[in-house]
Amino acid sequence: MIGFALYRLVSLLASLIVASLVVFAAVEIVPGDPARFMLGINAQPDTVAALRAELGLDRSLVERYLSWVGGLFTGDLGVSYTYRSPVSGIVAERLQVSLPLAVYALVLTVLIAFPVGMIAAGRQGGAVDTLFTGATQLGIAVPNFWFALLLILLFSVNLGWFSAGGFPGWEAGLLLGLQALTLPAIALALPQASILARVLRSSLIDTLSDDYIRTARAKGLSAGQALRRHALRNAMIPVFTIIGLQFSFLIAGAVIIENVFFLPGLGRLVLQAITQRDLIVVESVVMLLVLAVILVNFVIELAYAWIDPRLRKPS
Amino acid sequence: MQSLFAATVVALFTVASTVAAQAQRADAIIGLQLEPPHLDPTSAAAGAIDQVLYANVFEGLTRFGPDGSVQPGLAASWTISDDGLSYTFQLREGVTFHDGTTFEASDVVFSLDRARAEDSTNAQKALFAGIVGVEALGDSSVRIDLAAPQGNFLFNLAWGDAVMVAPESIGDIKNLPIGTGAFRFEQWRRGDQISLSRNADYWGEAASLEAATFKFISEPTAAYAAMLAGDIDAFYSYPAPENLAQFERDPRFTVLSGNTEGETILAMNNQQAPFDDIRVRKAVSHAIDRQAIIDGAMFGYGTPIGSHFAPHNPDYVDLTANAAFDPALARDLLAQAGYAEGFSITLKLPPPSYARRGGEIIAAQLREVGIEAEISFLEWAQWLEQVFRGYDYGLTIVSHTEPMDINIYARPDYYFQYDNPDFQALIETLAVESDPAARSALLAQAQTTIAEDFVNGYLFQLALTSVVDAKLQGIWKDAPTQAVDLTGVRWAD
Repeated sequence: MIGFALYRLVSLLASLIVASLVVFAAVEIVPGDPARFMLGINAQPDTVAALRAELGLDRSLVERYLSWVGGLFTGDLGVSYTYRSPVSGIVAERLQVSLPLAVYALVLTVLIAFPVGMIAAGRQGGAVDTLFTGATQLGIAVPNFWFALLLILLFSVNLGWFSAGGFPGWEAGLLLGLQALTLPAIALALPQASILARVLRSSLIDTLSDDYIRTARAKGLSAGQALRRHALRNAMIPVFTIIGLQFSFLIAGAVIIENVFFLPGLGRLVLQAITQRDLIVVESVVMLLVLAVILVNFVIELAYAWIDPRLRKPS
Repeated sequence: MQSLFAATVVALFTVASTVAAQAQRADAIIGLQLEPPHLDPTSAAAGAIDQVLYANVFEGLTRFGPDGSVQPGLAASWTISDDGLSYTFQLREGVTFHDGTTFEASDVVFSLDRARAEDSTNAQKALFAGIVGVEALGDSSVRIDLAAPQGNFLFNLAWGDAVMVAPESIGDIKNLPIGTGAFRFEQWRRGDQISLSRNADYWGEAASLEAATFKFISEPTAAYAAMLAGDIDAFYSYPAPENLAQFERDPRFTVLSGNTEGETILAMNNQQAPFDDIRVRKAVSHAIDRQAIIDGAMFGYGTPIGSHFAPHNPDYVDLTANAAFDPALARDLLAQAGYAEGFSITLKLPPPSYARRGGEIIAAQLREVGIEAEISFLEWAQWLEQVFRGYDYGLTIVSHTEPMDINIYARPDYYFQYDNPDFQALIETLAVESDPAARSALLAQAQTTIAEDFVNGYLFQLALTSVVDAKLQGIWKDAPTQAVDLTGVRWAD
């Protein structure tokens, strides 16, 4: 298990270095000068040059890449061109919203998907299965920003139970913070839960026809007991893969939902940084996301190995 | 006994709720679409910085009033030398910055020297180009010397880019703005909101609001929901004109509709064929139905213009008839210019809805006279790179929001590349003229010249529409500069 973990760790580092090159090159190639964007259409050329010098944009690409990567190794993500404040601090602020929101949405996803998937698989072909399959189809088809707007119209505008958006900050209290994240988390969770429930259902149905399930039933377990004790664990590999992908997506991919609920999350930060050509923020945040995705995959692979000992040997 | 208890509880609740209802609200939450990139109005062009800070946190020697007039700010009065080369300002007494340091003449010298320095990053550095010296005469008086007389000097000093800052607090101004205004900066939760609180030591009349919060909501549908749910008390420059009719019918809200300094133009690349031919530019101008664009793209909000000048300005000349909608004339002109079969041209559109929605309508109108406009959507950074710096475009739509900016037509390297020596001479004369009647005549001539040269297609003056809680009073209807001045905002009884 330890050897396996070490092997994965080395390939993880290699992926990060390649990613840093790709991210830097991609962001720097895009036309648009951050200094000119800041100063607008009335600025004189010498003013733009002065700001470029102040931001360090007059240095060569190689120099800027090396100082950026060097900073990354020491945990220094650089200073934002537009905010003029350390990127690490800005990202930390945003993570206080994005991370809890992602976890909240993922918990809701699992809480909805597991019962739905298990019940549907247990009654394959029955009325309940058909109902759930139809519902999850709908859940995937409905765009989540539209669903979010419906939630706002019902719960904020008409009933007044929640505010229409915004985030009061955790210093306002845990409950108020959670309340502000509830509607966004539901809007995010619905399509994810639908996907997960369908994957769980089909994976369970596959395992239910395996020999060991028949053996378990022959030993005298009920269909439900066999499903919970034997089929579930064996059906977990595709489910874990999906959960891993979903968590990575929820951290950064919530940008549309963040906009609808005007939450100060990471997705909105990146979007804003792209339009303002705040290159250093885009580069550093994308690198962090790459790191997060790689780490989540790493954890998921460890989880596979834990579920299925056959996977512990490096291939 | 039980009923007595119940009656007491009911009575107590009634009292409590009445007291709560009577208590005057002393804070206001204002929605804005764009968030400031940082909080230094003297080193960025972003209008959002001034919207939050102008007149609230930072003040200049002079300031704009709600009608755009120039009023005394931190300078209580001034005298101008007979040759117009020297301005002596008498500063207000007892003014302190929010960190407790005193505002005095040396701060004026510091602020203006910083703005016009060689390494200055002031986005409107040109405002200070005519200054040759700034000198403190004691603590409460300052003399500014100019290279040549400037008719607009007091106006220029009222801009947000000319506000007074202090050497003690300049280091962290981008995150912790320290000014002299009626509100002090409290907190900025990036991506979310900026909060201000009333400055108890303000030199002038104290603000009615004890606290104010600017909340940044970029998504129009989210702005709509936040307003309806009562999360915010006002949305300044409301981004979804399609909902305005609904807000107008709702007695809980007031819709303010006013003017901005934004001349929205269909800019033409004057040095590039076919727009180097005045007949083609004239044809384009006559092919445009301004009212249809205002109705279709702006839901009826906006005033047609015929030149690059704000209709609410006293010196405005109505030149809309000069480029009246006349597709037949447009086709004739194109034929005379050798384009009887029409031509194809790029139409590059930046993100604002006036450009994106207006562009679709203009493309349809141009098609009617045989001009095929190929639309492409650009982000601002791309627009600056390709259109503004690279001159790589045929047509584009932009609203020029700076006040009194007709002088951009005197810059031959400006992105629409209009090069007319007569006009340049006219603007030079205007710059040094300070007699009001003579200035009026020169401004009229300037407007007429660019209208008759059909430099650009002049579309409409951008309107400002804000949705405000019906009980909240004092929000500016017009936008003479990009400011949400809260000093006069109060809750009605």
